[in-house]
Amino acid sequence: MKATTRLSHTAKPESTAVRYLARQRRQRRLIALAALAVLISLLVDVATGPGAYALPDVLKALVAPSEVSRILEIVVWEIRLPVALMAIIVGASLAVAGAEMQTLLDNPLADPFTLGISSAASFGAALAIVLDFGLLPVAGTLLLTGNAFLLAMFASLAIWALSRLRGVSIQTMVLMGIAIMFFFNALLGILQYVASAESLQQLMFWSLGSLDKASWGKLGLAGLALMITMPAFIRARSQLTALRLGDVQAKAMGIDVGRLRLRMLLCCALLSATAVAFVGTIGFVGLVGPHIARLLVGEDQRVFLPMSALTGALILSLTSILSKTLIPGILLPIGLLTALIGLPFFVSLILRSRRETWR
Amino acid sequence: MTLTIDHLDCSLGKRRILHDVSGLSASPGEITALIGPNGSGKSTLLKAIAGIEAASGRIRLGERQLDALSLEQRSQCLYYLLQDTSTQAALSVFEAVLLSRRTQVAEPAATALSAVERALTSLELDPLAERELVTLSGGQRQRVAIAQAIVRKPKLLMLDEPTSALDLHHQLQVLDYLRRLARREGIVIVLAIHDLNLAARFADHLWVVKEGRHIVSGMPEQVLTPERLRDIYAIEAHVEWPIDAPPRVIPLSALHRLGD
Ligand SMILES: Nc1ncnc2c1ncn2[C@@H]1O[C@H](COP(=O)(O)OP(=O)(O)OP(=O)(O)O)[C@@H](O)[C@H]1O
Ligand SMILES: [Mg+2]
Repeated sequence: MKATTRLSHTAKPESTAVRYLARQRRQRRLIALAALAVLISLLVDVATGPGAYALPDVLKALVAPSEVSRILEIVVWEIRLPVALMAIIVGASLAVAGAEMQTLLDNPLADPFTLGISSAASFGAALAIVLDFGLLPVAGTLLLTGNAFLLAMFASLAIWALSRLRGVSIQTMVLMGIAIMFFFNALLGILQYVASAESLQQLMFWSLGSLDKASWGKLGLAGLALMITMPAFIRARSQLTALRLGDVQAKAMGIDVGRLRLRMLLCCALLSATAVAFVGTIGFVGLVGPHIARLLVGEDQRVFLPMSALTGALILSLTSILSKTLIPGILLPIGLLTALIGLPFFVSLILRSRRETWR
Repeated sequence: MTLTIDHLDCSLGKRRILHDVSGLSASPGEITALIGPNGSGKSTLLKAIAGIEAASGRIRLGERQLDALSLEQRSQCLYYLLQDTSTQAALSVFEAVLLSRRTQVAEPAATALSAVERALTSLELDPLAERELVTLSGGQRQRVAIAQAIVRKPKLLMLDEPTSALDLHHQLQVLDYLRRLARREGIVIVLAIHDLNLAARFADHLWVVKEGRHIVSGMPEQVLTPERLRDIYAIEAHVEWPIDAPPRVIPLSALHRLGD
């Protein structure tokens, strides 16, 4: 049979490949738009804050720091830019970790928050704040960050280790994550119970999530985690997409599903532990970022992965702006606002598409 | 490249499912139908050949000793299309078929796209190319799964009840296409199937399994006799092989219980 012959009732003016390429162009346009939105949000984020500098001055400080006042240069380069970039890197990390956890565990509710990684990190932070106890031989704010990172890694690795046991289903792994969340929440409760009023407030502030402790050093580390894991996800993009057709079909396509799940969960662990350690508990982004991406471009990882990163970055960046402007003069904890800003957008998308996927 | 199977054992959990399955062979250019009651081990047998379930025994495809190859190596020359093709993936039909091709070979995009296009056309799927998998009916999804299989151009293609959800037009269209594909490319096609009329009409060769054992194999005329059908399925059946029309297997009544 010749490839070009068609039955008359199926005849279409354009070939299926041409139509696919058009779809791909639409997806890429959406990704480019999202990237543009992130860039704009970044600039607005840098331009907002106490000390009302005009946007042109701020932009000038960004491109030509030597031509603006020393104070403005410091405000922009040492304070605002690290915070604004941290919002983007952490937002992207959380959303990518969430996207891949949902894919790997075949569960639309999986994200660093629901799997207990954030709770473990909070407990680590509480150890530092309440008991001044460090798991790593470091001091100062790094004590807190180190603790949070170690415990977040521990929680992720517990889930990861479980997945190595033969015959453990992925549903079991999700349940394990939820159990971990309750476990660390209980431990956290104990520490809160014995804590002084002052450290309780400090702990509260940390667990609500905040970006304002960002520095270029932390930014580098958070960026490093993203730079290590993204190439791994990108290399495995076809295999990860195939996983969405179910384990058996993925295996039929020659994919060592067990090994893939192990390696990729490790990457998720690194990403989420780093993100949570630096900024505290920020829910919703890891859950909803991927869902919005899925609605916009579908689940082919070639487009789903970058789109998830961008939606996560955008949500957190917009939240960062909002946290500074909602009540003038007061910086609200960003973790409080992610849900407020993400939810309306999310609900409107769900209602518009009403489909049987996870979307 | 003939497929031969000897001394195949397979356990799932603690249960032994396949018991020393031996003496099976399937020839290139032919369609081999695998029949047997529910739970007799058809799916398990096909998965064991594909390397999806661990099994011991000898599986050869021509010169290749499949049992010595990893899952990934086997997937280069064979493909197993599973029985349940339901999915919630947010992928378009074209993306899903392209994905199947990409997990097998690295090639220039243009080559991959035209391969996908041909596969979709052969299954009359072009009008559905942009639809999302979740929005398809069960039978449409099954045809997409078959397109995902043939786009890989496997030497050994195993399909688990590929026509179970298809309407009459597509049952005939798909099986007719598969038969021509087998003849043209000289590939081995094994399909598990419950519809004995289709098996009698399209298969060149039959394998019968029951309770995890190989009961009999041979040409449809030899295997599909009223006596054998009574043994295999516990049914009373009438079988006709008209010269000028497709064969007819007419089940009359179910006899005693058919144990699982
Ligand atoms: N994961 C499993 N663990 C234990 N036993 C299993 C498992 N999967 C299937 N079985 C059992 O293995 C046997 C063979 O199952 P299989 O799916 O191969 O049958 P089948 O011939 O394909 O049946 P059907 O016609 O219903 O598709 C059945 O008795 C079934 O109950
Ligand atoms: Mg079966």
